[in-house]
Amino acid sequence: MAEKPDNIIDFQEAPPRVSEWRRFRRVFLSRGVVVFGMVILLLLLFTAIFAAWLAPYDPYKPGEAKSLVQPSWEHPLGSDILGRDTLSRLIYGSRTALMVGFISVGIASVFGVTLGVIAGYFSGAINVIIMRAMDSLLCFPMILLALVLASVLGGGIQNVIIALSIATIPGYARVTCGVTLSIKENDYILAERSIGSSDFRTMLKHILPNAFPPLIVLMTMQLGNLILAEAGLSFLGIGIEPPGAAWGAMVSDGYRYLLKNPVLSFAPGLAIMLVVFAFNMVGDGLRDALDPRLRGLL
Amino acid sequence: MTTYIVRRLVQTLFVLLIVTLLVFFIMRLLPGDPIIIYVAQTAQLEAMPPEMIEQLRHEFGLDRPIMVQYFNWMASIFRGDFGTSIFYHEKVGTLMAERFPVTAHLGLSSLILGAILGVLAGLLAAVKRGKWLDKVITPLTYLGITIPVFWLGILMIYAFGLKLSWLPISGYTSPFEDFWLSTRQLVMPVTCLAVFGLAANARQMRSSMLEIIQQDYIRTAWAKGLSERLVILKHAMKNSLIPVITLIGLGVGIIFGGSVLVETVFAIPGMGRLMVSSIFGQDYVVVQAITFIIAVIVLIVNLIVDISYGWFDPRIRYG
Repeated sequence: MAEKPDNIIDFQEAPPRVSEWRRFRRVFLSRGVVVFGMVILLLLLFTAIFAAWLAPYDPYKPGEAKSLVQPSWEHPLGSDILGRDTLSRLIYGSRTALMVGFISVGIASVFGVTLGVIAGYFSGAINVIIMRAMDSLLCFPMILLALVLASVLGGGIQNVIIALSIATIPGYARVTCGVTLSIKENDYILAERSIGSSDFRTMLKHILPNAFPPLIVLMTMQLGNLILAEAGLSFLGIGIEPPGAAWGAMVSDGYRYLLKNPVLSFAPGLAIMLVVFAFNMVGDGLRDALDPRLRGLL
Repeated sequence: MTTYIVRRLVQTLFVLLIVTLLVFFIMRLLPGDPIIIYVAQTAQLEAMPPEMIEQLRHEFGLDRPIMVQYFNWMASIFRGDFGTSIFYHEKVGTLMAERFPVTAHLGLSSLILGAILGVLAGLLAAVKRGKWLDKVITPLTYLGITIPVFWLGILMIYAFGLKLSWLPISGYTSPFEDFWLSTRQLVMPVTCLAVFGLAANARQMRSSMLEIIQQDYIRTAWAKGLSERLVILKHAMKNSLIPVITLIGLGVGIIFGGSVLVETVFAIPGMGRLMVSSIFGQDYVVVQAITFIIAVIVLIVNLIVDISYGWFDPRIRYG
């Protein structure tokens, strides 16, 4: 028998790719609260997608019930002052929450990651200007910045999304900049550049993948924060125009009839809390499963 | 250390410059002409001849190049002049002198409460990890960072204000006027505002304590026969506090943000509520001033926190 030539890679020795996924799944699902959070998020997604089928009444039509009826079999969460069914509005509110969350995370991460990788890759003046600009954005509390921007741009849900996106850009920029700074000193980056690959290609193919684990964790946790911030803004009356349904605005509307029908205010608040809790837990689980070293940092 | 402080100061000045640019130019992005808004709110716009509008524009310096306006604005801020509120017809400085102490009273109380109770809760949870106390505290801290402050406020108003009638549900009284009433009015708002920071501090304290407890020098301290009190309080706690201090610093911004909501829920006449009413009333001079003041405070607190690291942890060497 001829000896096995050295230049043939023995595929048997390479660890099977599936084990990485298995390890991820095992760690991710090892904690009960994380599984609970995941279930809540799946339910939320389901509710938002199938809102039209799930809602027992038209959420926008006044007079579906009498004004301010108590919870009953016909109206499990009662009705608001205009006689709109609270449960239906709650179900439709999940769309607002998820829409604001996902679109803002998308916009903010695209801009934040781009700025962060540029700042980290080209150190010097570019780094200083970008990162100090990010620091100055962070001086404004998120809800305050969103309030100011929303007032400048005008109300409306799309401006709330823009405002929240701008307010959350620095987080992504900081994380990406940090990862880029630590990765770019590696020999394989030098090798990549010495074979003539462009800056853009190096950043995209070799630096960004390293930033993926912390970014995905940050994005998940930001989804919770954004939903909380959107709720705060709509509580103050900024955001979705009536008759649209947003949980924060529902809490605010119900506040006026707190003694008559407390569930009007309690139910949407509980929904906000559950969803934010779920995003935080899933973020925690993702962090532990993707990169436990991030503990305490994110 | 000195070079670090100097470098950090220069950095802060640079950030401050960007903050002023942001505040000034965000307000300039406004869709409306500030003069028209001003005139529309003070008098009949139709009744005003165009020459008079130009006259006003000149008086406010709005006919000059934008950079000149920016430098004029900066110069007046350094003189402590934040302009005149369109809505209140008062100097913004006077308004701030009324509103700022209210928010400071509310915010500082919450910050201190959150810091002390948070550190204590985290410490207890870490020392008693796995025991029932930990099993109560840790889930509560998870709830604390997720509960919407305005909703918590409403729940408390419902329970302690409306149903049990233990506490007044709204308003603010200066502690120098009636200390007892002032404190009773502040119990619920301060609790609301403190909850997030308290929970965040407790989580951080618990995890950093658990990490420190495994260090060699803690084992040495035990081995020397030191009492539990001494080991925990002197050796472990002091070092665990360092990351918590960063969080308490970050908490200042969160408290300013939260005060907007809490002051609205509890009808407290502070800066947060002024901010909301000014935004709805298009009183941009006030919005500009509040935004600027809060950003500067957050910036200064972050600077102090960064510099105080060296004092809390002499191992940190500033490169």
